[in-house]
Amino acid sequence: MKKLVKFVSLACASAMLLSTTAFADGDAFKVGGIGPVTGGAAVYGQAVKNATELAVNEINALGGVQFEFQFEDDEHDAEKAVNAYNSLKDWGMQVLLGTVTSAPCIAVAAETANDNMFQLTPSGSAVECVQNPNAFRVCFSDPNQGTASAQYIGEKKIATKIGVIYDSSDVYSSGIYEKFAAEAANQGLEIVSAEAFTADSKTDFTVQLQKAKDAGAELVFLPIYYTEASLILTQANGMGFAPMFFGCDGLDGLLNVDGFDTSLAEGVMLLTPFAADADDELTQNFVAAYKEAYGDTPNQFAADAYDGMYAIKAAIEKSGVTPDMSASDICDALEGAMTEISIDGLTGEGMTWTADGEPNKAPKAVKITDGAYAAM
Amino acid sequence: MSFLSYLINGVSLGSIYAIIALGYTMVYGIAKMLNFAHGDVIMIGAFIVLNALNVMNLPLIPAILVAVVGCTVLGIVIERVAYRPLRNASSPLAVLITAIGVSYLLQNVALLIFGADTVSFPNKITLPALSLADGNLVISSVTIITIVACIVIMAGLMLFINKTKAGQAMLAVSEDKGAAQLMGINVDGTIALTFAIGSALAAIAGFLLCTAYPSLNPYTGSMPGIKAFVAAVFGGIGSVPGAMIGGILLGIIEIFAKAYISSQMADAIVFAVLIVVLLVKPTGLLGKKIQEKV
Repeated sequence: MKKLVKFVSLACASAMLLSTTAFADGDAFKVGGIGPVTGGAAVYGQAVKNATELAVNEINALGGVQFEFQFEDDEHDAEKAVNAYNSLKDWGMQVLLGTVTSAPCIAVAAETANDNMFQLTPSGSAVECVQNPNAFRVCFSDPNQGTASAQYIGEKKIATKIGVIYDSSDVYSSGIYEKFAAEAANQGLEIVSAEAFTADSKTDFTVQLQKAKDAGAELVFLPIYYTEASLILTQANGMGFAPMFFGCDGLDGLLNVDGFDTSLAEGVMLLTPFAADADDELTQNFVAAYKEAYGDTPNQFAADAYDGMYAIKAAIEKSGVTPDMSASDICDALEGAMTEISIDGLTGEGMTWTADGEPNKAPKAVKITDGAYAAM
Repeated sequence: MSFLSYLINGVSLGSIYAIIALGYTMVYGIAKMLNFAHGDVIMIGAFIVLNALNVMNLPLIPAILVAVVGCTVLGIVIERVAYRPLRNASSPLAVLITAIGVSYLLQNVALLIFGADTVSFPNKITLPALSLADGNLVISSVTIITIVACIVIMAGLMLFINKTKAGQAMLAVSEDKGAAQLMGINVDGTIALTFAIGSALAAIAGFLLCTAYPSLNPYTGSMPGIKAFVAAVFGGIGSVPGAMIGGILLGIIEIFAKAYISSQMADAIVFAVLIVVLLVKPTGLLGKKIQEKV
């Protein structure tokens, strides 16, 4: 046992030595990334890893601020994410771009707050992910998707009479609904019916739909997951009710429900920060570069990570920190700089951040057309 | 108009509860046990229909027949393996606990075979919806077929019990097992037959449930199973017409509670109604008064 302790402390000491050397002579910032690249959520982590690499290569090619990037797998597991964080610290990480999924992100956020390590999560959407002053995020928080949805519907004048069907037993769904209802009033939207269901009764939606129909809803807002949404679409079709449907990122996956008649999803709108077929130059270049490098069409996680990397670059330039500073000093400087920068990214133009870590950007939505997402 | 629409939806939902409740009530009436695995037999039935349609490419009616046969065999096997050896156990709790065990076993086997993903059940009933009152009242074909199926099954079952020898044997066993045996009735066989019929109905219920609410996963059967059990108790457990009335009333109460009181509280209201009914009429609406023999 004693031997083992000795060995471990020796290993630690040498690791520290190594990392300090790396600090001293490095002229590049060490950015770490954490996310699932194996397991059930692997597609998210892989997208973040690829897009961050892409952004780092682009930025380094510009010749200004230089970055080194290392990515660790967490298998969408909180404990493994903390282990990954510790090994990245051993490597000498100064800024963390991660983690990708919410539950591991909350666990790692506690560690980064302790260490005063600057953290920017591309896609950790749970409220708690950025509760500490050192943490920011690129995506909207879960409940803020409600605010963003109401703004989008109101500003684009999509509809004024809104019906809502939400899951009162789920914090994601009821959180979005509450924020949506609050913002709807400001946008001049009238919520004509707001009906709930619970985890125990999520198969029969005929009553909720009938009430929305009777109340004259032009649009039904669905802040829920795609499984229930597929049932709602089927049942609405069965009762001859054809309003517009609008949902949040929980509807992402609707087209992949096994056995679901996807023609029913035609015209469904969903709030998602990124559509790969948008025709602006930034998106087109990103999609082309991503496809060339990884042979795959990037998803919203990739776009979030790409914007995240550019946000870190902008904050570093704003604050004037240098790669030889300690992670804690960099964190103090970046915390202030994050609230002063504004970047035009894939997921929004003129993105800014508030001190509580939330992004301010114009919401974007896609519409399902011919069985695929199309930018609106 | 929406009142009528709610009423029809309630009767349709209630018809499914009624068909499931028949399985509970028959088994209770004859074997005096609560077969909590019944809801999961429904789920297995729905998966068999789904695979018969998608994998074996059978037309709808043969696919349902395959599921009926599959569930019948499953019901008989469950009865033979899990329940019969415990029928004369000293505590009636033993067989109740076993039923819960079988329920979890079926769920987990389904999880293993079919996976945890929710599958959208294909709607093979392609008849047009009935549109009344200038499109203000649309009744889907599934709703009509569910209600008709429920009535046909109920009538068939009543005829079977009252007019056939096997049905009379069931009645005799439910009255007094010991005396029935002395009269030369094969009690084990009769109970197995009850399970077979109950499970065959479960297959049909599974198909109707998943056609009306097209989402299927290994836990699909559990909540309708519990509600149908409530319906059976509500109508008077052991009584076949009681299951029918209990099921349909429960469906209507659930939909009306959702529509006129609160969509969040619907389940709470359904179970509160059960408590009130049992306080006023402890044997359920059509339940027989049990006379204590001294």
